Amino acid sequence: MAKLKIALYWAASCGGCEIATLAIHEKILKLAEVADIVFWPVGLDFKYADVEKMPDKSVDVCLFNGAIRNEENEHMAHLLRAKSKVMIAYGSCAYEGCIPGLSNFYNRQMTFERAYIETPSTDNPKKIFPQTKVKVPEGELELPELYDTVKTLAQTVDVDYFVPGCPPEERTTWLALEALITGKLPPKGTVISHSIKAVCDECPRKKEEKKIKKFYRAYEKIPEAERCLLEQGFLCYGVATRGGCGALCPQANMRCTGCYGPVEGVIDQGAHFLSALSSIIDSNDPEEIQKIIDDIPDPAGTFYRYSLPDSLLRRARIK
Amino acid sequence: MDNFEPKIVAFCCNWCSYAGADLAGTSRIQYSPNIRVIRVMCSGRVNPLFVLKALSIGADGVLVLGCHPGDCHYIEGNYKTMRRIPLLKKMLKQFGIEEERVRLEWVSASEGARFAEVTNNFTQTVRNLGPSSLGPSKQSSKEAKHG
Repeated sequence: MAKLKIALYWAASCGGCEIATLAIHEKILKLAEVADIVFWPVGLDFKYADVEKMPDKSVDVCLFNGAIRNEENEHMAHLLRAKSKVMIAYGSCAYEGCIPGLSNFYNRQMTFERAYIETPSTDNPKKIFPQTKVKVPEGELELPELYDTVKTLAQTVDVDYFVPGCPPEERTTWLALEALITGKLPPKGTVISHSIKAVCDECPRKKEEKKIKKFYRAYEKIPEAERCLLEQGFLCYGVATRGGCGALCPQANMRCTGCYGPVEGVIDQGAHFLSALSSIIDSNDPEEIQKIIDDIPDPAGTFYRYSLPDSLLRRARIK
Repeated sequence: MDNFEPKIVAFCCNWCSYAGADLAGTSRIQYSPNIRVIRVMCSGRVNPLFVLKALSIGADGVLVLGCHPGDCHYIEGNYKTMRRIPLLKKMLKQFGIEEERVRLEWVSASEGARFAEVTNNFTQTVRNLGPSSLGPSKQSSKEAKHG
């Protein structure tokens, strides 16, 4: 059997997903037995021109991580889609927009002002912002245009599978790769994970009754060892997040922040968590309810930490 | 805009507010035609997701109507709504959406006149706010992904 041809690419991402692909440890040898990597900017010296020369659909699988935030990201998404038989949105950025997607609470101008003017370590008296074209003595230089709104991969090109996680856990990555290697592919559009249920389903913490009088941020209280974090008032996102990660964060006394995306069938993870969270507030008095809610300083950022571009509202409206 | 007529979605609980709307109708009470009523079994069924969905596909305002506190047919469904809507409003502000576009009110089955008053009042509030900045959204990939 001919070896599988795999392409890996990163768009707007932090590089964590690249490390996650290597985190399959010794299984990487198994992968190397059956697959050739034909494009991987982080690890191997291929150029974009090399990809352009490949025949269409000549790559078996593309693992695409990162959100679509600029012209270059978008160009590469289209190019790799054309060259690949199977396109996988690998990791939360490609799947839902993730941390880069939080800039959808602002617009490009606000992002530039913050990054190139307001940050305390920046000295930019001439107010120079990135330009798509700039003339230098050697000629004209080009930069890809930064977009106003961050998009997910599926909002840009047709995507076959989604691998959740920020970054995806080793076993999730391997589940996807194994399916590809053995040719036992799930139906198109599947979010590949060991679970379709919530993180709570895998979390060993003791769950009793959820009634909350006060919400706590991580630094405000040391969590009890065995009890459910949400019951203790921490904004643990496990109730509204797809499992498959093995509930690693709650087991390390860290609340789940929601990186595996919504559970099966839910179209807006943030609204789902908002609904679950607010209904367990232990009060029937509007004033007291308001006081308890005031403990959550940034609901939108907390609920849409990983999924803003993929949410129903997609971005904030800037007046 | 002078002649702006808002589109308003009103989620009405089956046992109180929907019956209240019915009473307004059978009593021939005039109320604003901007309201599109959606009957739900309980205001507690109104997942905040429904509100966001309505706003994202072109509603200018969303009204959630339930039984008065203590009167819920399911004992405490409306208390859940009472807790959800304030948090939802706080979040909507961060999205640049006026919190006045979402309102929670209690209307009982005997309050046909109050139903009319609430809907008229809310319609006027939303009319003054103007069209929602969201407009009909392009949810194509979302629909494709989730059927």
